[in-house]
Amino acid sequence: MTVIPNFDSDDSDRKFVIICSKGNLDMAYPALVLANAALGEGIETHLFFTFWGFDMIIDSRMDDLQFSPAGNTAMHFPVKGKDIRIPQAVMPLPGMTGMATKMLKDQLEAMDIPPVRDFLDQIVGAGGHLWGCQMSADMNKVDMDDMYEGVEDIINATDFIEMTDGAQLLFI
Amino acid sequence: MATATIAGKEVHINEEGFLTEFDEWDEEIAAELAKNIDVEMTDEHWKLIKWLREDYKEKGETATTRRVQSVGGIPTKQQFAMFPKKPAKKMSYIAGVPKPKGCV
Repeated sequence: MTVIPNFDSDDSDRKFVIICSKGNLDMAYPALVLANAALGEGIETHLFFTFWGFDMIIDSRMDDLQFSPAGNTAMHFPVKGKDIRIPQAVMPLPGMTGMATKMLKDQLEAMDIPPVRDFLDQIVGAGGHLWGCQMSADMNKVDMDDMYEGVEDIINATDFIEMTDGAQLLFI
Repeated sequence: MATATIAGKEVHINEEGFLTEFDEWDEEIAAELAKNIDVEMTDEHWKLIKWLREDYKEKGETATTRRVQSVGGIPTKQQFAMFPKKPAKKMSYIAGVPKPKGCV
């Protein structure tokens, strides 16, 4: 009996669109991981960056996204078998965001998960499409010159609606 | 566990058709597996497939496309060109290793 995997025939019309609206380091990754996975399955994939998510594609900011544990009661220290939390009152103190950001970046690196820029390079290399939001660009006083090189264009709400015809949408 | 005859050899496969025994693989089998999924094997393909097997042997798990780039040195874009649409699955199928488990 010979079984030949069916790699090419299924889901060829599937289209996946993720709206990235957050600029915190921890909130950048869900979209990056899922976009990368979708592309690896041969699915047409688009990322649309809007509001705070714009920091993910502004060239001068994308390498410096931060993670703040303030207001996040679900943050536990990653120690096997122990449950260590820091009281929320301590979180806004100077240096906490920097420390938490460094910890998160170290963990990602240890798992060979790329930094935001490298991850976007990989997504573009895999055929993913990146789009900026016109209104966010206007609000942030930036244009295509300020964008990461992989961004195809800055588009408006109507363009977005047209582009997502028939797509599966995810808002992050 | 099912068996199949590939390139005249009896090998063990799973329900998707992936080889399940690392040591049953050889280049003739790989060539036939590649033909099954319409991948034309060039020197670059062989190099990648052999690296994937070496890496699997060392690590005990299949490299993701990320690792093929960061450790294997073959850029994602090239992987997609060599194994269109689903590079991770196609290269692991030909290399006789399981599909990668990692998310990235």
